[in-house]
Formats: sequence, structure tokens, C-alpha cells
Amino acid sequence: MPRSVAPWKTERRVLVKAEDKTDPSFGHNPEERSAEEYLRYGVINLDKPAGPSSHEVAAWVKRILKLESVGHGGTLEA
Amino acid sequence: MTGVLPITLADATKVVQALLYSGKEYVCVMKLHGDVEVEQIKKVLGEFEDVIYQRPPLRASVKRQLRTRRIYYLDFLEKDGRNVLFRVGCEGGTYIRKLCYDVGEVLGSGAHMQELRRTRAGPFVEPESVILHDVAYWFMQWQERKDANVLKRFVQPMEQALALVPKIIIRDSAVDAVCHGASLTAPGVLSLETGIKAGLVVAVFSLKGEAIALGKAATASEQILQMEHGIVASTERVLMPRGTYPKRWKTGGNKNE
Repeated sequence: MPRSVAPWKTERRVLVKAEDKTDPSFGHNPEERSAEEYLRYGVINLDKPAGPSSHEVAAWVKRILKLESVGHGGTLEA
Repeated sequence: MTGVLPITLADATKVVQALLYSGKEYVCVMKLHGDVEVEQIKKVLGEFEDVIYQRPPLRASVKRQLRTRRIYYLDFLEKDGRNVLFRVGCEGGTYIRKLCYDVGEVLGSGAHMQELRRTRAGPFVEPESVILHDVAYWFMQWQERKDANVLKRFVQPMEQALALVPKIIIRDSAVDAVCHGASLTAPGVLSLETGIKAGLVVAVFSLKGEAIALGKAATASEQILQMEHGIVASTERVLMPRGTYPKRWKTGGNKNE
């Protein structure tokens, strides 16, 4: 029975169906977002400290960065 | 418990769903309740690789039904007396505490989870993580210097959270329709990654590398490549604001031309 492969070890190739150009007047590369936009569409790879819950830590980040909302990707609780 | 916790900021919170399915890795200290030989421990750990059954604990906020979870790898690292150090790669929603308990049952000695540290959450890994102090410090530096490169010290674009989700890249003319929730149809597709299967989550991207939406594939990569028309993926979660790209889809003629 084939063993399940971790998502980060899954090899993917790109299959090209068609080619086209992109218009530079609309949208932009994520790296070229304005600072405010970069934050608003950003993710922080945070090393959570022991003690507070994941929710509390996310709330602290929200307060530090003065954002309206934050989320977190998977609870790390005792 | 410590370790990698991806924090999605403001509008990026919409990608959280993709992270839940991208897998996790932990390093764990399991405390045995009796003395067991290393060879026996390694053997039993090996038996827990691949698919296991778990029922979420009382304190979890999910439905408490028996469900399967994949253990991608379970590597013995060290033993010190009754403490066993191991690394485990697993599907999201796997309870390592329960895994330790079950390993203890099979070993006969009993065991519990002593300490847990998450070393990976989807594409986010421990060596690249920052601590709260860094966040506060660099944010303050940015406010003083107003240099966007300072932000990049501790914030990643939300596209990074989608690094492990199979991608479909579409034409500019197809973008706005998807931003309005329309399903992605074949003519709009330029390229796609292998490994897509019907029902799986896919990430729809623009040629500029912007995440447009999270979708659910209607069929597999090989079929999508051959299709001339028809739905390729339903749009489940729009990530890009409407109007970022111009409307091209209500002009009557060819949809997603």
C-alpha cells in the first residue's frame, strides 16, 4: 500500500495549456504591493511562546499592528 | 506548546482554510510509564505511520466523531530513560497527545505527551519564523523608517501560505469573473500543476503571481489540460478584490475568452 506523501514532499510539474501576456496596467506582483496593502494581505510565520493560547497570541499581534482583524492557521494548545 | 503558528493579517485571513489542509510537523517528547527497549519503540512508532484513527478530545471544538488521519512520517530521534523524542509529520487536525497515549497502549507501558513543539505548518517552517519581540521591533522600525523592505523582515505575502496548494494560472480576461465568484471555465486556463484531482482544493493565480481565489477542482489535471470548454473549478473563497482586473465577461460574446 503506497504511503501518503507529506504535502511539502509532493512533487508537482507545470502543465502548459496555452500562453498569454499580462497587462501591466492591472494588478501587480505581490512583492510590489504598497506597504499598507502588503500588511493587509500578509501572513506572519510566528514562533509562538509557551503560556498564552494561540488566540491570545493572535490578539497581541492584532494590537501591535493595529489591525481590524487577524486569524491563525491551526491552534497550538496544550 | 510552542512553535510555528501562521498569523494571517486582515484580508489574508481568507487563506486560513488552505493552511488547515497543508499538513503539520512536530517534535515531541513522549514520557513512557514503563521501561521499553529502543527497538520495540521504533517498531511501534513505525506501525503508526500512514493512516490512523482518532476521535477528537472533549475540549476540541469539532464534532467528536471517529475520523482517519494520515501520519506521513514518525521518526524516532532519541531516548533518555523514559523520555522518547520523536519527529512527526501529519495531516492537520491530528492530536499528538492522543497519538502518544495510543503508542503507550500498544507498547504496553502507557505513555503521555510531555512536550510538543510545532516545527512546520504547511509551507511555514521553524527556521524562518519570528518571535513576538521581532514583530513589535520591526513594526516600530517600519513606522520610523517607512521602508517597505523592513516589513518583509517579518511579514510574508499571503501567496506564501498557498505554496503547497496545487495552482491553476489563468488569463487576465478570466480574473474578474472569478473575483465575482464565477466558476473557472476551460478557456480561461493557461497552465496548471499536476496532482489535481476532482474535489481537491486548488489555488487560482494570475500571471503576475497574485492569488485570485481558492477553488475546488471539478476534475483532474490531465482532464483540465485537454478540456476545450466546461467548468474546471468552482470558486470557494475569493481572495482578490473585485475590479482589480477589468470586467471582460459580460460583453455577451466569448466567456473568459
